[in-house]
Amino acid sequence: MRVVVQPDPFDLGAETAAFAAGRTDMGAAVTFTGIVRDSDGRLDRMEIEHYPGMTERAIAKIAEEAQARWSLGDVLVIHRHGTLRPGELIMMVATCSPHRGDAFAAAEFLMDYLKSRAPFWKKELTADGAAWVAAKDEDEDALSRWSR
Amino acid sequence: MVEVLYFAWVRERIGLPKEKVETTAATVIDLVTELKAREERYEAAFADISALRVALDQELSDFDAPLAGVREVAFFPPMTGG
Repeated sequence: MRVVVQPDPFDLGAETAAFAAGRTDMGAAVTFTGIVRDSDGRLDRMEIEHYPGMTERAIAKIAEEAQARWSLGDVLVIHRHGTLRPGELIMMVATCSPHRGDAFAAAEFLMDYLKSRAPFWKKELTADGAAWVAAKDEDEDALSRWSR
Repeated sequence: MVEVLYFAWVRERIGLPKEKVETTAATVIDLVTELKAREERYEAAFADISALRVALDQELSDFDAPLAGVREVAFFPPMTGG
């Protein structure tokens, strides 16, 4: 497992190529990439705040839970903070497993939990000013399908 | 003495990211009541605690949780990662 929280950009191609490299027992790798979205052409930038220390612990705990639930060869989570412009990559997750079902499910599980259980807060800055992004009810609802 | 941290709009409303607080509060909600009594900006930040989350020593917790032995309390809005 590797968890990286950093302000700097990451190289999606290099990370994807290196992930699970040499793991010949893994038949499937899934990657997800989160991108700064500008829905209406008004977003200048996004500022992402986080809770240093808790962030890394919370993500590691979510990744450990994924490893306990599915047969995974490895898990990678990279999440940026600081100032990001539209089109920039915010984060990525990667999972690998012997068969694709586990890698897909685990990647979706990781994303659902990172959305509302990892201590990040997004602020959008437009020509009109700044506004904190509100958590959505559906993000909370998304967790219920994983309860057991 | 506990270290109290604020994030996102909670930090903005209170006007600082963290502070040391001398308290004998038994639970998180008791600490919130003490903070609200201090100044208007705390009252504004904690007006609706259903809109807030709390972490004790970097683990998500509840407002009725005890503070005994806790060194770090953090208040913040629901998280928006990913």
